[in-house]
Order: sequence, then structure tokens, then C-alpha cells
Amino acid sequence: MDNADQDVTVEDDEPAVVQLTGITKRFPGVVANRDVHLDARRGEVHAVVGENGAGKSTLMKILYGMYQPDEGTITVDGELVRFHTPKDAIDLGIGMVHQHFMLADNLTVLENIVLGAEPRRGIRLDYAAARRQIRELSDRYGLGLHPDRLVEELSVAARQRVEIAKVLFRGARVLILDEPTAVLVPQEVDALFSNLVQLRTAGLSVIFISHKLDEVLQVADRITVIRRGSTVATVEPGTTTSRQLAELMVGSELPTPQTAESTVTDHVELAVTDVTITSDDGPDLLRDISFDVRRGEIVGFAGVEGNGQSELVEAIMGLRSLDAGRVVLGADDVTQWSAHRRRVSGVGFIPEDRHRQALLLDAPLWENRLLGWHSQEPAGGRFWINPKSARAEAAQIMTDYDVRAPGPETLAAALSGGNQQKFVIGREMSTQLRVLVAAHPTRGIDVGAQAAVWDRLREARAAGLATVLISADLDELLGLSDTLYVLFGGRIVAKLDPADVTPEILGSYMTGATPAEAGPADDPGELA
Amino acid sequence: MTRLLGWWRRMAPTLVALGVALVITALFILIIGENPLRALAALFDFGETSVAQANSIGVWINRAAPLFLAGLAVSIGFRMGLFNIGVEGQYRIATVVAAGVGAALVLPAPLHVLVIVVAAMAAGAVYAAIPAVLKVTRGVSEVISTIMLNSIAIALAAWMVRVPFVDPDLGPGENVATRRIAESGQFPGLNELFGVIGLEEPRRPVHGFVVVAIVVGIVMAIVLSRSRFGFELRATGLNPFAATANGISSKAMIIKAMLVSGALAGLVGLPDLLGSAHRFQADSFVSGYGFTGIAVALLGRNKPVGIALAALLFAFLDRAGPSLQSEGIPPAAVIIMQGIVVLSVLVVDEVARRGMLRREERRARAQDPATVTEEVAR
Repeated sequence: MDNADQDVTVEDDEPAVVQLTGITKRFPGVVANRDVHLDARRGEVHAVVGENGAGKSTLMKILYGMYQPDEGTITVDGELVRFHTPKDAIDLGIGMVHQHFMLADNLTVLENIVLGAEPRRGIRLDYAAARRQIRELSDRYGLGLHPDRLVEELSVAARQRVEIAKVLFRGARVLILDEPTAVLVPQEVDALFSNLVQLRTAGLSVIFISHKLDEVLQVADRITVIRRGSTVATVEPGTTTSRQLAELMVGSELPTPQTAESTVTDHVELAVTDVTITSDDGPDLLRDISFDVRRGEIVGFAGVEGNGQSELVEAIMGLRSLDAGRVVLGADDVTQWSAHRRRVSGVGFIPEDRHRQALLLDAPLWENRLLGWHSQEPAGGRFWINPKSARAEAAQIMTDYDVRAPGPETLAAALSGGNQQKFVIGREMSTQLRVLVAAHPTRGIDVGAQAAVWDRLREARAAGLATVLISADLDELLGLSDTLYVLFGGRIVAKLDPADVTPEILGSYMTGATPAEAGPADDPGELA
Repeated sequence: MTRLLGWWRRMAPTLVALGVALVITALFILIIGENPLRALAALFDFGETSVAQANSIGVWINRAAPLFLAGLAVSIGFRMGLFNIGVEGQYRIATVVAAGVGAALVLPAPLHVLVIVVAAMAAGAVYAAIPAVLKVTRGVSEVISTIMLNSIAIALAAWMVRVPFVDPDLGPGENVATRRIAESGQFPGLNELFGVIGLEEPRRPVHGFVVVAIVVGIVMAIVLSRSRFGFELRATGLNPFAATANGISSKAMIIKAMLVSGALAGLVGLPDLLGSAHRFQADSFVSGYGFTGIAVALLGRNKPVGIALAALLFAFLDRAGPSLQSEGIPPAAVIIMQGIVVLSVLVVDEVARRGMLRREERRARAQDPATVTEEVAR
């Protein structure tokens, strides 16, 4: 790898705090990392970019001591080290901020930060010392922490800062941030980046994992690109464009979700009216939600996760009972219908978490073909199922939707995320559908599969399908939707035309702020 | 050929587990200072004379049939992750009710037996419905409620024998029992069949109900693999969230699975009741099939054929208890061996499952080299 040589040349004046050389990690049947080179210097933000499944997470787990590499070396401050557990890494000043926060909601910020590394006086937790140290940290890096607030009261961004403080509190000099922006809205991303700049100025090293190229170019000092488990290049943001980076990442052309001319008809296929779901403790989960989806229309829902998206999906699919409101499918009021009856009436479902909700991982593909449609002829039936016909249908889906697997007998667990998702989409779409509810249809799958999924959604739209699309990927929402709603706190706070809205305006609505200049939007072309 | 290979792959872990269990039991016997080889010989000792051998086979069959039915009953719940620990109580209640109903009626032979069978299944299902309803409406863990209901079943059965179904003609000093079921309600034995195939006829009745058990097993095998109910059961067991999201109501499945499980449990006491006891009497009632059935279902991997083999194995070991004792080896060795078999099967199974997943991944990767499944790290 050429970047290894490049590192050698600069090593004299700027020694790497951490250096990974020739790392290879194999899992049974899979090489997750192959000959990976990566180094982080003092006072830099080093971004690691790559597609989902490219091996970023495995690499970080190796650096953090969760996995041991099969080949290659790790050096810290020039010393060769071996990490057996994350504790070894922490002891040498390497800390990780996980994508999914590991905080106890019912403890205070202070308690969460010191948990496991408590300053003590005698056998008691020394709150005064802890509070002082946390204040210091917070001031030095601009984290804005309130040590005595409960974590459950904090916003997502504030929780993330608590996670960062947790790592710093343990004396980390190298921070690994695993997809830190995935859960943030644009304004929060900016705030995070200014925190990162402060960390860098203080001489810490930040390893920043992402697949969002614009962010990486904005904040990183150097960028290492991983493709299929190997580092392909380390570049400087000043001399690289986002398109070049993307090509390094995927090795081919970029797909863009671009809906052709409108296919929306006047025929309302799904009407949701005044739907409300209350909660036993706290505010309503959904409040007075009303919208129509017409044939040939894709209605998108934007929102920070946890603002009612899951509940909305469950309300439409009949998985949750409503406290008020109606769901009408075509001419039928289906509010009281069971989930099963709605499915067989032609409502397809691509759930947000395919492992949890869409697949029987330990079952063969043909059984997965039946799931949800097991009472439909010819593969299913009122009393009996027909494995032979289910196998044939599964094979058909595999051909039509480019699901790469040995055959219908393959266990669903053996497929990659992209192939699993293509199979799920194939399963839903190969039935005569009237309405499709798609939640995060391209989450966690690679760019190639993403393009295929978008194509399918567009084809179905052209064929007259009414689609409800829920996504956290703004490009996807803006590119596919005919109408865009924003959910915040369980309410629809905006109805937007995706043709003239920017991520900034969307972001404002998503955080609950009404945009100051709600007037004409900027050029939407800057999305790319 | 591939089918044979697949069958071998599924069987191999069990055979390994059996070998491991055998070795550990042998160690145990060594530790208590006896000769494991003599124990092994005693295991396969069916007796000197041909009558004794026929008797041994009879005992084996009589023991295997209820174990098979109990294992089947437990497996229905297991398939969807529902732990019906209450087969024990369900079959006790069902047997009392069957004995009471059977003695109260006199009908033409096949009809009489049919009525008794239906009564037993209904009683088992009703008793199993209690934990099901509790779970669906109040969220009560079926493990707790079925265990509790086992205790209640003992008292309830004792009351039923004493009050509604009691035999009024009991002599003084006789243990309380239900009235005897008339000849028309008894199930013919298999003893004569032994003669037909050239063996001696066993002295004790060999329960003909084993034939019904086999038929039930075949029906269940078809239902589980080919019916919508079987698919829904499997789907719910594999991934309850996905099942719910795809329109399979988990509440309905809990009720259905418990009812079927209870109905099958109702059959467990019938080989004995219809074949030789012909009345229910608390002292001579064979208890414990419900608990052993859990082990049988585990060993049989919740598949009817596997459960049949597991029941045969357990019954075979049980049958060897007395001959081990005559060799000076405590019959508890049998129970230890049964326990070790189940444990080693569970361990070896998990290892085999991971191996299979890896194989599948490799095959999938051969199709698409980009395949990096999210499961690999396990």
C-alpha cells in the first residue's frame, strides 16, 4: 500500500500517536480487514470512510482491543503493543464513543461519566472531586455539561457529549468516534464539529468514522478510505473532492435517487386521519396525524428518530391500536382490522430493522418468502403451505431482484445485509400491492444495492403503487418523495415540496425550530 | 445423496453427544468403583429366556409411548419458545377425567375408546388453557404458572378421584380409585403380535396405544412441516418480532400452541389407562412423564422423528435400571446418563449450529464475494 510509504516520510517530524500496520482480521469464511494501514497523529482529526460492511467497525474494534488482529501490528507512541481487552486500550489512552450510546438513563451525567472509574475518598464516591474534574473537562473542550442532570432528560447530542466526556475522563488521548453524526440533525453536527476542533487544538487525536463524505471533507485533516476491508488511500481534504472520495470508496459511479416526472394520480389509496396514540407516561406518541397517499405517489417522512416514525408505521400496519383517528385503505376503513388482514389486502411492509422484523434469520429463504404472505395462494394457504411453490417463488425473487445466494435453501442469516434487504423488498413487491410502507429501506446496505432498491421503488411508483417512505437519509427522502412531511414530537410540523427544500430547512423543522427564513429555499442542487 | 448427507449432518452432532455422554457415565461408574463394561453389558441385557426378552421389549414399548407423547406435547410449545412445564399436571388431570368419563359410559368398543381419547385431550387442553390465558391477558410467565398448576393438578386429581369419579363399591382398606372402565373402553394389547412375529408373548400387557401414538406423531410431523399453523409456530419461535410484524398474532399463537400442547399431553396417560390400569388410582399412577418429556423434546430437537428416537433411547435406559441394580450399580446411573445426554446434546448442537452458519456463509460468499454478514463476529 502506497500510503504506508507516505507515512514513513512524515514520521520524522510528526510521530504517530497510534499506528496500525498491515492489519488483517479474518472471521470464519470472511476476511474483514486485509493489510490495513492507519495512523493518527497528535492534534489531528483523521477520518476513516468506507461503505457499510467495508470493515471500518472491525478495524476500530481491533484498535479498541475488542478483537485481536490475525496479522499486523499496533504501536502506541512508537511502542509495539498488544491489546487483549478494551481495558488495555483505555490504559494507553485510547477511547471509543460508540454509535449506540452506552449510558444509564436514570443516572446523572456525573454518575455516568465516572461509572467504573470513580474518584474515591475512602470507600465513598468523591462527588466533589468528580464534579470538579467534569467541570474542567467541560470548560476546556466546550462540552457544556451539567453534571447533575439525569441522562434521560438530555437530547441525543448532549448524550453524545456525555459519551465523549466519559472517554476523556478516563484519560483518552485518542478518541474513536463511530459514525457520530448518524443520530444528529445538521445543526447538531456543526456543534459536534466545533467540539472536535477544540479537542484537536488541545492536542488530542480524533479518529472519525463516517460514510458521509461532505462531513468528512469539512472536519478531517486527513482521510483514509477503506474499501472491501483494505485501505485504498489516505488523502488530504484540501486536494480532494467529494466525488473523488466517493469513487475511491465504491470504486465506481455514484447512484443518485432522482425521481423522474410525477406519476401521482388523484386516486387516494391510503388515507390516515387524525391518528393519535397516547402514552402512559409523557407526551403523546402521535398527535392528530393526517395525510393521504395517492396511487403513484411516494410520501416521505423526515424526522429525528424517536419522533413518532415507528409508531406511525405500526399504526398503518395494524401493529398498534389507535387512541383516536382512522386508517382507510381504498374504500375500506381498516382501523379495526388485524395486521394480517391488512397485509393480505395488499399492504407491503419493509420494516426499519430487517433482522428483527422482516426475516427469520435461522430459516431458509423459501420460508422467509412465506413470511407475511403465508396465507396467500399459491405458496401459502388458509390451512396448508406449499414448500415446493415457495421454493420456486424464492428462486424467482432471487433472479428478479439480484439476490446473490446459492439457492432457496440458504439460511437468511448467511446473506449480506444488502442481499437480505433485496430479498425482503422482492418478497413484498412480488405480490400485488396497493400500498407499501417502507421504513429506512436502504439503511445499512451498500451503494450498489441502494441504487437497486431505489430503482425498484421508482418502478413501483410508476406502476401506481402508493408508498409511505420513512427514512433518516435526507438524500433518499428528497430524491424519491413526491410529498415530504416532517415529524417532530409525534406531530406533523411541516409539509414540504422536496423540489425546493434544503437540508438546513429540513433540519430546523426536525429539531422543532421554525426556520427563521422559511421563505424561498436555496438551490437544492447543493445536496449532492 | 445430498439428502443423505444432510441427514448425516443433522444426526452427527447427536451421535457425538451420545458418545460423550457414554464416556462421562463410564467415568462416573468408575468413580463409584464399579466396572463400566459390566454396566454396558447390563444396559443391553434383555434377559436369559425368550419370555424375559419379550417382557423386556414390552416394558420398553410401554415406557416409550408415553414419553414420546409427552415429548411431542412439550415440543409444540418449544417450537415457539413457550415453555410448557405443565405437561405433568395436564396429563394427570386428563387421565383422571378420561378414567371418570370412560367408566361412566358404556358404548360400542371403538366409539367408547374414541370418547375417552377425546375427553382426555379436551381436559388436557382446558388445563393448558389456564396458563395460556394468564399469559396473554396478564403477562404471567407460563413457566411459573405451569409449575404452580402442576401442584394444583395433584390436589385436583386427588379430589376428583375421591369425589365425583370415586368407585362406590370399594372394599374396606382398598385405595381410593375410579370405577373400572368397561371392556369396550379398553385398548387391545400387542401381546399377540409378538406371537405373530415369532417371539414369545410377554406376560404383562403391551400397550396397544403405542399405535395411536405413532399415528399422532405422523400427523404432527405433517402439521408442523406443511400446515399454516406449523409455519406460524416456527416463525414465531424463530423471531417473534418478525412474526408479529408480518401479521402473525403472537397472542393467538400462544393460545393455539398451548391448546395443542395440552391436548397432546392429555394422551400421555392413556397407554397405561386403556392398556392395563383401566382405572385411575393415585398410588399406581405413573407420574414424571411430563418432566422427562421436556428432556425428550430437547434431545429430539422438537422434531417428531427425533422425539420418537429420543423416547426410545430414554425408555431403553429406564428399562435397564433393574438389571443395573442387580450388577450393583445404582439405578441413578440411568438418570445421570439421561441428564448428561441432554446436556451434551445442547452443547454439541450449539457448536454444530455455528459451524452450519459458517458453511452457509462460505457458500453465500462464493456467489457474491462482497458478502460480509453481520453475523460473522459471533
